[in-house]
Amino acid sequence: MKTECRGSALGSLLFGAAVWLAGALPASAFIAYVSNEKSNTVSVIDTDKWAAVKTIKVGQRPRGIEFTKDGKFVLVAVGDDDTIEVIDTATQQVVDKLPSGPDPELFVQDAAGKILYVANENDNTVTIIDIERRARIGDVQVGVEPEGMAISPDGKILINTSETTNMAHFIDTASRQIVANVLVDARPRFAEFKRDNSELWVSSEIGGTVSVIDPAKHAVITKIEFAIPGMRKEAIQPVGISITGDARTAFIALGPANRVAIVDAASHQVTKYLLVGQRVWHMAFTPDEKYLLVTNGVSNDVSVIDVAALKVIKTIQVGELPWGITIAKQ
Amino acid sequence: MIRLLVGLIGVGALATGAVAAEPVEIGIGYLGQASGKQTLSLLEQPANNDGAAGARLAIEDNNTTGKFLSQHFTLQESRLKEGDEVAAAAVALADQGAGFIIADLPADALLKAADAVRDRGAVLFNAGAIDDRLREQDCRANVIHTAPTRSMLADGLAQYLVWKQWKRWLLVLGSHENDKLFAEALRRSAARFGAKIVQEKVFEDNGGARRTDSGVTLIQRQMPVFTQSAPGYDVLVAADESQVFASYLPYRTWDPRPVTGSAGLVPTSWDGAHDQWGAVQLQNRFVTLNSRRMTARDMQAWTAVRMIGEAASRVNSGERKAVLDFLKGPDFSIAAFKGQRLTLRDWNLQLRQPILLADGRMVVSVSPQEGFLHQFSELDTLGVDRPETRCKLQ
Repeated sequence: MKTECRGSALGSLLFGAAVWLAGALPASAFIAYVSNEKSNTVSVIDTDKWAAVKTIKVGQRPRGIEFTKDGKFVLVAVGDDDTIEVIDTATQQVVDKLPSGPDPELFVQDAAGKILYVANENDNTVTIIDIERRARIGDVQVGVEPEGMAISPDGKILINTSETTNMAHFIDTASRQIVANVLVDARPRFAEFKRDNSELWVSSEIGGTVSVIDPAKHAVITKIEFAIPGMRKEAIQPVGISITGDARTAFIALGPANRVAIVDAASHQVTKYLLVGQRVWHMAFTPDEKYLLVTNGVSNDVSVIDVAALKVIKTIQVGELPWGITIAKQ
Repeated sequence: MIRLLVGLIGVGALATGAVAAEPVEIGIGYLGQASGKQTLSLLEQPANNDGAAGARLAIEDNNTTGKFLSQHFTLQESRLKEGDEVAAAAVALADQGAGFIIADLPADALLKAADAVRDRGAVLFNAGAIDDRLREQDCRANVIHTAPTRSMLADGLAQYLVWKQWKRWLLVLGSHENDKLFAEALRRSAARFGAKIVQEKVFEDNGGARRTDSGVTLIQRQMPVFTQSAPGYDVLVAADESQVFASYLPYRTWDPRPVTGSAGLVPTSWDGAHDQWGAVQLQNRFVTLNSRRMTARDMQAWTAVRMIGEAASRVNSGERKAVLDFLKGPDFSIAAFKGQRLTLRDWNLQLRQPILLADGRMVVSVSPQEGFLHQFSELDTLGVDRPETRCKLQ
């Protein structure tokens, strides 16, 4: 049964019967997949045990990682192999790959989970992939070193940030044309919409700020700045952003500052800094938004934040240089 | 119509769906010398386009960004041959519309070029000369420095050696003026960071070819003897910018000791092996364009051209004064794959930057080292700091 599963094409996997290894895992609520950039593995975390329960070997330099919308697969960009690998969540093995461009890093899916938009750092393009057909169906030329990717809640606008051009590019998903470019501070890494489409947040790693953009007017409304006593300014490098569904609270990973900033998402004021592991990078909520898991690259672990209490409650050891994280129901 | 559309969309956003307006042309000059220096290792022999290749890549990067802003950058290259007048060449570039000139010139030639174009309002970016005096007593208000200084390089090395607890140095210096200047910077670093120079030796350059068919036999006899009977030391620090002897020292010292400075572990602004902080993307772009690895001179020129592009995009203008005011202002910073933003020292227009320590194959470490603190920026633990400066910008 397993062999059959590995050998079949992704299309039939996506739409065929899922292989469920009943009893292989305890009946826990959620499962998190963490890409370990240096060890070329993905760690699987059981959120009931708050422990890594499995390590999956993947290609070289895994970074961007996302569950497919149906929860059956996890996609992981393996940049040094110039592809995106597909992990079957039932067997927890790599079963296929997608034709991304060179050096894929971050990607985003449309709401239906049919189209994948991939930032290819090496050739200044965003590649558009039909997931079911595993085919490249288009490219969009963007700025130098595309990185952050986000899709607007209504699905109409794709955002790509380019690290050396220092812009958020607004791409019409229907025409696949750039409709606007908004300058932000140096080295924009990540983009995140509020779920009501009222704001787009873009983190600038080297600039040290998060730009809050009005997506309708294509204009920066404000920039969130950070100050931590005793911490030099250059060490505060915002990367990952998560905003709660009610748009009240935002969490921003500050990289080598080893902290997650908590921001009142309405007033854009920083209310608290939580000490986590070293070089905190990306993050993901559990689907019930009770917990936020953040990857700490240099300390090789994941911190668990209790969202209601705004406290770090647990640290979980994973592989080397944990980078991205994605969480879904088991 | 297009202008109206841009106006409607609002400040900070630019419409690109429609045909863009005539782009703003921003001319950048590159002024360098025709022939590179002689090196001991064939591998270190500079390419003919050393430096200029970095500027060309940055022009491409600027233009990728520029197409969204209706800005277009061009590079005009000028190479000085033996006997060419540097002032005339600089003036010619400025008169052809280059408001910004990337210069890879020796110190005296750089000053001549800067003074020649001063009343034309042109700004020079020093992407080659590491002389401290260009940022101190001989500083100029129309020269921005992307090359690090000798004192920054020496401090970057010294911090690592002290962190490593290799505090007893055997200093070997060459007999040329540049070698003496580097030795002086190393003495200053030793005093600043608590290292001790146990002995100094001068390696006299008596002429002679760098390449001979059986030279290796001779060198193997010379170098151990030259480093014999030194007092106890942890590390040999060589000051040989002229490339006469330092590369002969590793594995040939009388005592088995690491070699640093001008050979072995070398402080530099860039290395072809540097792959941290997203540098791989830049390295890949460079190799694709130039079919060779990126050097420190290439990086210094790339950074200079990118600074102009960055400022032009921020002020949405190619106008010289607007660009220069932004570069000199408090909001300027540039991302250059060194893990943190780089800014200008406002007292002498030197770009603050981490210093890489490379051994020819790998980047061993990056200074400033942990624990070297500063009240303003840890990057100011490298080189001459504000309270010590002799620069009066004018």
